Amino acid sequence: MMDIKRRYVIPGDVIVTGPLRPEQNVYQEGDRIISTCVGISEIFENAVRVIPLTGVYVPKTNDLVIGKVVGTSPLSWEFDINSCFIGFLPAQDVFGRDYSPTKDELKQRLNIGDLVAARVANFDRSRDPLLTVQDRDLGKIDSGELIEIAPSKVPRLIGKRGSMIQSIEMATKAIITIGQNGWIVVSCEDPEGLLKAIEAVKMVDALAHTPNLTERVKSMLGIPEDENNDTINE
Amino acid sequence: MSEDGIRCDGRRVDQLRNISIKVGVLKNADGSAYIEFGKNKILAGVFGPRDVHPKHMANQDTGILRCRYHMSPFSVTERKNPAPSRREIEISKVLKEALQPALILKDFPRTVTDVFVEVLQADGGSRCAALDAAAVALADTGIPMRDLVSACAAGKVADRIVLDVNNEEDQEGQADMPVAIMPNSGKVTLMQLDGILTSEEYKTCLQTAIGGCRQVYEVQRRALIERYFESGVQ
Repeated sequence: MMDIKRRYVIPGDVIVTGPLRPEQNVYQEGDRIISTCVGISEIFENAVRVIPLTGVYVPKTNDLVIGKVVGTSPLSWEFDINSCFIGFLPAQDVFGRDYSPTKDELKQRLNIGDLVAARVANFDRSRDPLLTVQDRDLGKIDSGELIEIAPSKVPRLIGKRGSMIQSIEMATKAIITIGQNGWIVVSCEDPEGLLKAIEAVKMVDALAHTPNLTERVKSMLGIPEDENNDTINE
Repeated sequence: MSEDGIRCDGRRVDQLRNISIKVGVLKNADGSAYIEFGKNKILAGVFGPRDVHPKHMANQDTGILRCRYHMSPFSVTERKNPAPSRREIEISKVLKEALQPALILKDFPRTVTDVFVEVLQADGGSRCAALDAAAVALADTGIPMRDLVSACAAGKVADRIVLDVNNEEDQEGQADMPVAIMPNSGKVTLMQLDGILTSEEYKTCLQTAIGGCRQVYEVQRRALIERYFESGVQ
């Protein structure tokens, strides 16, 4: 195990002084590395970063997001992706190359209010994020329960190599689609499993900054700690 | 003021009023804080970053900040007309300029961050208290910040330099100097002076105010830590 130094920080706190590499949510002033948000600082292999506990979603290329259709223009859909920017999904992405605004009706495929799993194809500071649904598992979401959590807590919900989400899915038999923007769709055939999965997701949201969260969630879901995930106790 | 330096409300010359800050008090705002600064009761709510309306205000290179300082009709003894007065417009501008240096908005081009400050009860030094609440609310929102902003006033009452002038002292006193600093870097983001001071008095007054700001910072810091880390262990 690498040694990772963790600390609670607020904006303006000097995390460390010295020749280290500033990464997310920090800035460098002279040789001091300073936090820019409320969160947990990490020093790891000469790099310093802060895992934020609050904040808005800033789109990144290749992120999987869940968006809600808020409008259409002749050539694209506009999505609310829980960010300060509006996501654009070009009509050609859904209809294919021969899309013609005179012939095809956008609203037949995706109407206002529909939820869509999409990937951010391109985003930079000069334009709004461009979405795509041209991939496996992307596209319109027909069923499930939408939960909103803080976007900064999404990595915690996934866990190390997906450990957290896997244990929730195994224990409840639910299918959970996580958008990096903090929107999560949970679907499950068993209503009890659905409720349990939602409860687990909300628990992660509320307790994201605490250690040993996977164990706590596991015990909440009734999974024995030393088990190998093959048997499910409910 | 009495001979031994006890002021009209029983404080010593270098003593602040009681301050308490609560973070995250409003559910619908992206970030919020409530401060009680002596008899001042001030609520701050932050929205953003979000789309700019009217659109022509948007800046393609960076996000913008807007501030509104408003006093409720019931915040003072005689009903105050709720329409923005000359004084409120000035304070809105001053708050904006005091918060701006602490924010890093360049990652949010074409967006706006709105800070709304509502004075529920005013008792002198409300612009400093408003600034303290606004800074904490901004940190609660998760907008990248170089530092918090802490503000406190000092002044001259009965020929003595006093810290944190209240309403009564403000009316009777000879000078009032609100100061805001970024506590970790020590940079001053707000300095106003109403009244006449000699250059010697000016220096002491500024130092007294900065000392007050540092005390306020500790309260702000505690409030944020309480909000985000209370259920966890360091």
